[in-house]
Amino acid sequence: MRGTPLAAAALAAFLAAAAQAQTKSVKIGFVSTFSGPTAVIGNDMRNSFELALDHLGRKIGGMPVQVIYEDDQQKPEVGRQKTQKLIESDKVDFLVGYIWSNVLLASLKPAVDSKTFLITANAGPSQLAGELCSPYVFSTSWQNDQTPAAMGVYMNQRGVKSAFLMGPNYAAGKDMLAGLKSTFKGRIAGEEYTKWPDQLDFSAELTKARAAKPDAVFVFYPGAAGVQFLNQYGQMGLRGQIPLYTAFTIDETTLPRQKELALGVPGAQQWVNDLPNAENKKYVADYKSKYKMAPSFYGAQTYDAANLIDAALTAVKGDIADKEGMRRAMERAEFKSVRGAFKYGNNHMPIQNFYLQDVVKQGDDYVLITKATIVENSQDRFHDRCPMR
Amino acid sequence: MLIFTEQCLNGLQFGLLLFLLAAGLTLIFGIMDLVNLAHGSLYMMGAYFAASLSALTGSLLLGAALALAATLLVGIAIEVVVMRRLYGRDHLDHLLATFGLILFFNELVRLLWGPAALSVPLPDWLNRPIEILPGFFYSAYRLSIIVVSLATALLLYLLVMRTRIGMLIRAGATNREMLGALGVNVRLLFTFVFGVGAALAGLAGVMQAPTLTAFTGMGENILILAFVVIVIGGIGSIRGALMASLFIGLADTLGRAYLPDVLAHMLGPAAAATVVPALSSMLVYLLMAMVLLLRPRGLFPAAGQ
Repeated sequence: MRGTPLAAAALAAFLAAAAQAQTKSVKIGFVSTFSGPTAVIGNDMRNSFELALDHLGRKIGGMPVQVIYEDDQQKPEVGRQKTQKLIESDKVDFLVGYIWSNVLLASLKPAVDSKTFLITANAGPSQLAGELCSPYVFSTSWQNDQTPAAMGVYMNQRGVKSAFLMGPNYAAGKDMLAGLKSTFKGRIAGEEYTKWPDQLDFSAELTKARAAKPDAVFVFYPGAAGVQFLNQYGQMGLRGQIPLYTAFTIDETTLPRQKELALGVPGAQQWVNDLPNAENKKYVADYKSKYKMAPSFYGAQTYDAANLIDAALTAVKGDIADKEGMRRAMERAEFKSVRGAFKYGNNHMPIQNFYLQDVVKQGDDYVLITKATIVENSQDRFHDRCPMR
Repeated sequence: MLIFTEQCLNGLQFGLLLFLLAAGLTLIFGIMDLVNLAHGSLYMMGAYFAASLSALTGSLLLGAALALAATLLVGIAIEVVVMRRLYGRDHLDHLLATFGLILFFNELVRLLWGPAALSVPLPDWLNRPIEILPGFFYSAYRLSIIVVSLATALLLYLLVMRTRIGMLIRAGATNREMLGALGVNVRLLFTFVFGVGAALAGLAGVMQAPTLTAFTGMGENILILAFVVIVIGGIGSIRGALMASLFIGLADTLGRAYLPDVLAHMLGPAAAATVVPALSSMLVYLLMAMVLLLRPRGLFPAAGQ
């Protein structure tokens, strides 16, 4: 008689597990930064992903979805640990997120080795577009070099003859400055890499910039560092003396604190909030009414990631095991992106337009607007190093 | 030449800011024999108070003054609640307890102010360049940091060397028990010293907030540098803290400014992109290692140690 409660419990558990197996759901692991000063970015991405799920009726590809959010604390080793935990212990079907290129590069191997699809909604290191490309990795953002390359084209159009470059000393910073140099035709007056993420005082480098007397300064300082940089650029009296051109330094997460310091500082982007397609209008309007603030490009890319996964699962009619079918469906990029139509290159990096964004004051608020299209259908310059065809 | 002067001023400003932190840290370590990792958290609280209070009152100066007072109160609260239980115990206990305080304050700040960093906008009279020499402009705000820090250093010197309380502080550093036996209220004295240290850390935070913005975890990085400073300068010695912080500030800034070009010349352009930025940021720790090899007790060790 002692064995009966135990047997009953075991039977109940077995029946529950059997019942669970009937309702198949999609498990998505979301790795981003949710602590520290750059948590605003992670929150924007999470908000956008949740909004996308709302728009899809809380189902992806018609199946119920479970999202597990993990914090990488902006550290590559933590991001890798969390990725491994999501793959091995939570057994997720998709990995989404990855703001930072160094975190993504550290987390790449576990994902690729386990054949888990990884959709990077931000980081686009050059290695990933070239030798390390994988059939299981897709980007809904860009390859790091593409955006500063567009800014280089714009700087040529403006007749800038010499530029002083500054960026943080990690994978993305190096990509960004290399990307600018790939299209900018003027003289490079200086190239400074600052310690990342600790060094927030740029006085030594800004003094060097002033000494070099360039026509313009180009910088890449994402997240909170963009606020600190613009503060110091103004405090040192460089604002108004040397024109500033940026990539990923001014966006909707930093603009509320940069305010008038960002006026007249152009940036390049593949998505700006006022792009005129219907999906984007719905995304921006619903985001603003649900979260009471404007979405940034980080969020727009994450919104697209959800729709990309949805397109893949719909194409294979919910058969998660059909990875080949999902891959081919994703390569066709048949979902409606908020940036407008785009295609994938052989390395699963988008071939897309880049726009000139500028900051204007509307009433009491500062907003980003699209001023022009800088390049159309730009492809990254590493795609021929990728062995995939 | 002017650029070199500007870089020296940058280094001076950074060094003086480090001094504010290191002075409090070395006082607390030297007099109370307390390793206080939470010093960085007091720096962070100063920055956050400055951000909120200057936004609330609309005036940077008033906000800064109130923020100083608030950080002082927080420091005294920490001393009474936590530090009193740590006196006389092993340094490892201090490390554990104050590390816990770091975690506590980081989370508290996130709960009260949210995860986004807070900006402290500068009034126009500070947010402009000043012409120090003909043709040579320097940021008014960084100049004001230099002036305020030097004034504070002077006040600290006067306090420790020329007042009765300063005499009690120096006596307590030499022999705590004797001081208690002479009828001095040592507990109150220690609370006072900790409060002074907290106020100095808060002042550093208040002054850094407009440049760096206030964000969680901002105390940790600068705390490491502050420890490097007091190790190089000599534990318990304020003079050592001043010399060492100026030395480190200038070395770090001038290193970042000139070392990359020098090394790139010597090692070639391929190394310039990869090795050089890393080397120039390691400079401070290399210097600390060298000083410790030559003078293990620091450059200006406090008398009696």
